[in-house]
Amino acid sequence: MPYVPHSPEDVREMLNVIGVNSVDDLFAEIPADLRPKSFDLPKGKSEMAVLQKMEKLAARNTTDLTSFLGAGFYDHFIPTAVDALVSRSEFYTAYTPYQPEASQGTLQAIFEYQTAMARLMGLDYSNASVYDGGTALYEATLMAVRKTKRRKVIVSEALNPIYREMLDSYTGNLNIELVTVPHNHGRTNIKSLTAVIDKDTAAIIVQNPNFFGSVNDFTDLFATAHEHKAVAIMSTYPVLQAVLKTPGQMGADIAVAEGQSIGQPLSFGGPYLGIMTCSKALVRQMPGRVAGRTEDGEGRTGYVLTLQAREQHIRRQKATSNICSNQALCALRTLIHLCLLGEEGLRRTALLSIERAHYAAERLTSITGVDLFTKGPFGNEFAITLPVNAFEIVDKLTERGIIPGCPLGRYYDGLENGLLISCTEKTTEEQIGIFAEILRGAI
Amino acid sequence: MIPQELLYAKSHEWLKVDGENGTIGITQFAQEQLGDLTFIELPQEGDTFEAGDEFGSIESVKAASEVYMPVACEIIAVNESLEDAPEKVNDDPYGDGWLLKVKITGSTDDLLDAAAYQEVTEEDAH
Repeated sequence: MPYVPHSPEDVREMLNVIGVNSVDDLFAEIPADLRPKSFDLPKGKSEMAVLQKMEKLAARNTTDLTSFLGAGFYDHFIPTAVDALVSRSEFYTAYTPYQPEASQGTLQAIFEYQTAMARLMGLDYSNASVYDGGTALYEATLMAVRKTKRRKVIVSEALNPIYREMLDSYTGNLNIELVTVPHNHGRTNIKSLTAVIDKDTAAIIVQNPNFFGSVNDFTDLFATAHEHKAVAIMSTYPVLQAVLKTPGQMGADIAVAEGQSIGQPLSFGGPYLGIMTCSKALVRQMPGRVAGRTEDGEGRTGYVLTLQAREQHIRRQKATSNICSNQALCALRTLIHLCLLGEEGLRRTALLSIERAHYAAERLTSITGVDLFTKGPFGNEFAITLPVNAFEIVDKLTERGIIPGCPLGRYYDGLENGLLISCTEKTTEEQIGIFAEILRGAI
Repeated sequence: MIPQELLYAKSHEWLKVDGENGTIGITQFAQEQLGDLTFIELPQEGDTFEAGDEFGSIESVKAASEVYMPVACEIIAVNESLEDAPEKVNDDPYGDGWLLKVKITGSTDDLLDAAAYQEVTEEDAH
């Protein structure tokens, strides 16, 4: 079964109307060497065969593990009301409706989401979201390159390696020089980062808390970036913004985040949403949708898409980005989740997660041969070094029903014995105790 | 209606020559075509351009369009007040709504006089 609604006759008819001979001719604009050689897709199967295959695959999942895995994605509790509200049919659409005369509800929801995100990050503006945290970071990088007309981007090695890989891959053909500054025993190396900022620097990218869980204040670093007219970009973990100094308070120009931790289940890696916020000076460089509040001729409040002059539906050849979609439904989940928790609820979530992580660090480092790798203050995540290879420990403990964390050796040479561990408000002291005892036995 | 003492580009920018310096803006016709302006993006002091180079963009409630250099030049001043009050260009395109002060570094021979520009606007209006 091909699952394509167009018959060959339909395709022929459409091509005739357009006035080209084949689908290939339709894409003649795109140089041959930039086209995919193949999509590498297998032949279609019947619905029944597909379902059977999927069920077989799903049956291989283990769903009752205790997880200490974070590394940028966190298993927080989601109030039941989030699912109930977001599944109303008015919100469930494959295409986000933007026409103000027909979509006041959707536009207002986006506007409220933006307001919440801008407040959370302590910055002036937010867009309606992009695909995920990594995409948001890439788009932020391009904002800086456009704004400064420079090509050098300084990246902290303590930035989530998944994002660093995305930046590498996305900027591969864009003539942008990525300069990676090594971490210092899990700390963001502020001294080295400061030293490499120069007149050619478009942006500096850091993360707080960083990949190893370490919490920093980047105020001075950002001030140095501004002295050189470079853009300060910070990747953050949104839940902890309830208790940490915000990107805005540190002087960041752009703050981005993976929004999964507020309202989205882990769900095997998606769908998530990328949060993008920025200062007023950069708002015209911000890609994607931005909803604004205005008044109509009779003074009634109304919501519209605004600042769209650089969007591809207005001026395609001048567009700031080819991102043309947001994650409206995920953004709505994030907004509803935040509203249900409130300011105090988010604070408590953050504090409980941090408290549990510190308890876990204490319990685990009481085991002979286990040391805390993350030095200085940390949030709800920290790294330890084991006396043995961390990959082996992950395998051993997974068999006992515990995912002990993310093995650092997966991303960092020389840290094969390192394990990154995270807790949320869902982690219990009992789970931490069992984890510690099983680990003690496994070493 | 069209000031006689200025030079014009077909893309609706005007140039006021004052010795080796000049002032650049957009014409009454251009601002009418654009409608209410909401934002003007301009280059920085010290930037240099060739005639015909794009030097910024103007956003209105209707559209966004580029503005082009009528003459090769170096920027010596930018009308910063337009950042908060772009409507000045609507209200007074030949006065308070000026965009740039420049040092002229190229020829102005290809620019139009008021009469020739008048013809351009009549053609463009149809």
